[in-house]
Amino acid sequence: MIETRKVVLHFPQMAVDRPIVCDLALHFGLSFNILRASISPHHEGLMVMEIIGESEKNEEGLQYLRERGVEIQPLSQDIKKVEEKCIHCGTCVGVCSTEALFMERPSFKVRYDEGKCIACELCVLACPTHAMEALF
Amino acid sequence: MGETLRSYEEINEKIREGKAVVMTAEEVIDLVAEKGLERTAREVDVVTTGTFGAMCSSGLMFNIGHTKPRMKIAEAYLNGVLTYGGLAAVDLYLGATQVAKDDPLNKVHPGEFKYGGGHVIQDLVAGKDILLEASSYGTDDYPRKKLSTWINIRDLNQIYLFNPRNAYQNYNVAVNCSDKMIYTYLGLLLPHLGNAGFSSAGQLSPLLNDPYYRTIGVGTKIFLGGGEGYVAWQGTQHDPSGARNERGIPKGGAGTLAVIGDLKEMSPDWLWGLSLRGYGCSLAVGLGIPIPILDEEMLYFCSIRDEEIEAPVVDYSNAYPNGTGEVLGYVNYGDLRKGRITVQGKEIPTASISSYVRAREIAEILKKWIAEDQFTLTVPVLALPGKESGVRFRNLPERPYSNGQNGMRR
Ligand code: SF4
Ligand code: SF4
Repeated sequence: MIETRKVVLHFPQMAVDRPIVCDLALHFGLSFNILRASISPHHEGLMVMEIIGESEKNEEGLQYLRERGVEIQPLSQDIKKVEEKCIHCGTCVGVCSTEALFMERPSFKVRYDEGKCIACELCVLACPTHAMEALF
Repeated sequence: MGETLRSYEEINEKIREGKAVVMTAEEVIDLVAEKGLERTAREVDVVTTGTFGAMCSSGLMFNIGHTKPRMKIAEAYLNGVLTYGGLAAVDLYLGATQVAKDDPLNKVHPGEFKYGGGHVIQDLVAGKDILLEASSYGTDDYPRKKLSTWINIRDLNQIYLFNPRNAYQNYNVAVNCSDKMIYTYLGLLLPHLGNAGFSSAGQLSPLLNDPYYRTIGVGTKIFLGGGEGYVAWQGTQHDPSGARNERGIPKGGAGTLAVIGDLKEMSPDWLWGLSLRGYGCSLAVGLGIPIPILDEEMLYFCSIRDEEIEAPVVDYSNAYPNGTGEVLGYVNYGDLRKGRITVQGKEIPTASISSYVRAREIAEILKKWIAEDQFTLTVPVLALPGKESGVRFRNLPERPYSNGQNGMRR
């Protein structure tokens, strides 16, 4: 079965210089979309990506990365909405391109669907009460 | 105006007896649609309004009590936020947008503005201890020069919100025509008309339900920050004379209110410190005003719907910062609230910086206060300057100082 998984990869310093992400395509036949990356040589790196392929190949690919020192987290854990801090203004809704954040009507409460989030972090910048947190 | 249906006194009598019929500005729309203006006007005594959004022109006046030995405070900080001391010895004023003194501001753009006056106000009202650090130069009668102490709202003599400009009658819709993202007090604006930010509570907003200020004036008792407050004066930049639509609604920012109220009666739920990326700190204020249905005309005003209120679309990458006055067009709050507007042929998503659900809650709370808790209505002691007053907002006519000019510059 073909599945899509969104993951956050934390690269240790040593792994950054090697093109191991490309190996996912070469060795496991997986396709991937890089949603966000902040990687520079000689530093720890971080990459948010979507991996598409047979579910067992996905697992093998991720295992391959783990063996090379890459830490992997599912993406949904990483952008959080802290309900106690949310005043439901809606500022975040206008910058969220995937509609992960949306205005529920007629209640006019702002809801968050983690599954749609691509971790662009625009809402983290936009939220005036620090209710949106990025936890990588 | 038509026949007078009830006086303030008659309404207050019913409120005291717990018999007043009160509805929110949202509920009354449907009722008027169902029963018509005339019948509804005979039934409903009061309509309540509400708004909850960033109101930068807000602040706190307070007195900390004398120290021993006495001190005439010249400079003061609350949790590191500069507080104005140019008043009598221990009177201070804290503004909502003042940023903490060690904040890097926009040195690395866009700045985070993590903590400022608005946050201090929220912490104070929440009952948290706040660090006060003050200094002075010392005088014969006020010799003390340094002070560092924790203070708490319960120990202060007077502490009241005194906001010079709140509850804007209408407001701009901000967009960005440039090719880079910009950071404004109406939110993050994406390039190439990527989104739009707006702020008014529209059909729930106080001054949009009384567009000619017939009942809202100096002395009107209101919901402020979760407690009782009053309209103190016309707000700064009050501008009643601009263009209006056929329902009397101003087609842009217009009337404003200066409001006042005891912070000790308020709640941190209705006063939120805000950090607006790249812009600065602010305070979200909850404010609601009851409107007496004195006659059919007042109900006509209160039955205003979002679709009948228009706001100007302004480019915040150029027209706004440079004050060109250019407007890209008008959109109505029905579409703004639904989440999509069309600007220059492009459909773009909208987002509010003020909370509609909380505006609605305020109108509900005020309704309960009036219907059940004997919150009576006040007759204004002075009307706000109206449409015919000639009061107009003016920009600053700059007259730069040049060397050798006679004048007071020191
Ligand atoms: S911007 Fe922040 S406070 Fe406003 S609705 Fe979004 S999460 Fe809530
Ligand atoms: S991080 Fe981006 S995609 Fe995720 S909720 Fe925030 S704005 Fe939407």
